[in-house]
Amino acid sequence: MKDRFLRYLDERDAYFAKILKLDRRDFLKAATMAAAGVAATGKLNNHSFQPVEVANAAAPEKSFTFAYISDAHLYEKKLNERFIRSILKAIDDVNAMTPQPDFVLFGGDLAQLGKPGELAEGAEILKAVKAPVKMMVGEHDWYLDMGEGWRKHFGKDTYSFDHKGVHFVVLNSVIVEDYWTAPKMTPEERMLAMAQLDNPNGRPFTVGDAQRDWLRGDLAKVKPETPVIVFSHSPLYKMYKPWNFWTDDAEQVQALLAPFKSATVIHGHTHQMLSNKIGNIHFHGMLSTAWPWPYAPQGLPKLTVRMNRADPFDEFDGCGDGHIDVLGGGRVNKNFNFWSRNPIRVSAAYLDSDGTVDLLPRESDVNY
Amino acid sequence: MRITTRRTILGLAAPLCLMALALPLRSDGTGKAGAVEVSLCDGTSTMTIEGLKPGEALPRERAQQTADQMMQIWRQTKGEEAWVAWSDERDQALVRIASTSPEAALAAAAAAQAASPVADQPTKFSARDKMLWAREEKKWIDEGYKLYHSTAWGGTIGISCDMCHPDGANTHPETYPKYQSQLKKVALLRDMINWCIENPGKGKPLAENDPMMRAMEAYILSTRKGVPMEPGKH
Repeated sequence: MKDRFLRYLDERDAYFAKILKLDRRDFLKAATMAAAGVAATGKLNNHSFQPVEVANAAAPEKSFTFAYISDAHLYEKKLNERFIRSILKAIDDVNAMTPQPDFVLFGGDLAQLGKPGELAEGAEILKAVKAPVKMMVGEHDWYLDMGEGWRKHFGKDTYSFDHKGVHFVVLNSVIVEDYWTAPKMTPEERMLAMAQLDNPNGRPFTVGDAQRDWLRGDLAKVKPETPVIVFSHSPLYKMYKPWNFWTDDAEQVQALLAPFKSATVIHGHTHQMLSNKIGNIHFHGMLSTAWPWPYAPQGLPKLTVRMNRADPFDEFDGCGDGHIDVLGGGRVNKNFNFWSRNPIRVSAAYLDSDGTVDLLPRESDVNY
Repeated sequence: MRITTRRTILGLAAPLCLMALALPLRSDGTGKAGAVEVSLCDGTSTMTIEGLKPGEALPRERAQQTADQMMQIWRQTKGEEAWVAWSDERDQALVRIASTSPEAALAAAAAAQAASPVADQPTKFSARDKMLWAREEKKWIDEGYKLYHSTAWGGTIGISCDMCHPDGANTHPETYPKYQSQLKKVALLRDMINWCIENPGKGKPLAENDPMMRAMEAYILSTRKGVPMEPGKH
């Protein structure tokens, strides 16, 4: 066995050798770590969003930034505090951002079983977010009382707004056909069935006719050169139906977005790093604060680089939050802020170039 | 006495019998002091060994001489043609013994069996047998499925297994046993089930033979049964 001091020298040599070979992304990582070191001395505010600017003449200028927190899956505190610790950690992250994000998107599944206590608790916790919060609904919020409690707290589940030249749309993409009335399921049974990802008797998510009509009308007022950013809980494409990593009328929604020069979809539900591009539309998944899902056994988009498998012994690994830098033309750089790993940025250039520039770190330790 | 003599003669005849295959020596002690009569296993050729006391063993060299003399008697009786045929057979046997290890012989037998058409193999199991077994197996898997999708195993904070491992994903049961670096020991699937019960689930670990443990193992294993192993993919 090697002497401890010798091992330290080896590690140090390897470290310095690596520094000489840094590419841009590694430089960012190192700079972030260095900034954290500075912050530890108390000279700076220490948080996960330490801004590190590097010269990048080719990239369009950043227009503004918004943050996200998603898939918190809160139980009532008396039953389970783990997921509460996690959402509070995410709120600390976004509150520590300097400058503050223009707003914070909550990506759905605030509650685990849609209970009034869970929703009330979530609403109370989210009051601690300093920036304005934009709410989106998930199936875990919805199927106990078909959204009644959620709407009481947060208002409409489908809406749009304009911000700094970008048209934002928030959808309820977790509509499924009624499969509970005929077998006389109770609201609780319906909720449990919807909350089970691997439920073999589930139904596919849809945006539905009514919302697509609304969306058509809403987008009719928007010029094609105006960038559009859509928030949906489920991915607005088809990946893996058995887990509802899927929206059944995705193609029809995509057709409504096709006329726009720049359209981007930010979705929750999948609890993992996901990137996709279909036509002019860029898609990005969000991390969950509660737990990471495994990747679906099939249907993974070509441009997705899988994140490393989560370490179950670290309750925060594979979880996190993130922020989205909206660029001048309306495209976005999507930042995954992993709590137990280096952050990863999926840039607009990466998707625009079909994964040939701004490459992502490859998955490693696949046998781990 | 008779028994002892027979054993002695068989001992010296053994190498010859192995080679001769159909012509083993047969001993037939007379019990006379100072001489033992032996006979070949053809039942007719006989010979008396002088000076051998009953209960006494011949030294190896003299035993071989005796066996050779016996075979010469047989050769004179049977004629040259029979002798050549026997010699050929002996030589082939010697070659096979020298060139075939027991392992190779077993492998060759297994290959021959595998090459025979499966459809022609008779089975003693009926469709009813198989149906009953499948039904019993399903009972365990279904029970495991229920536990896996609930906290009936003693979870105290609402978390169930499927919340992180839908359809058993990322439980990769086929990769156990393996060194679990976080536990710093070799883990079996049941060790990880108990780890999940205790840590994310905040329950008490199950005994290894607890029916709930067996059922959960059955369900998790069933999600990967017969699927080729692809580490890191599931």
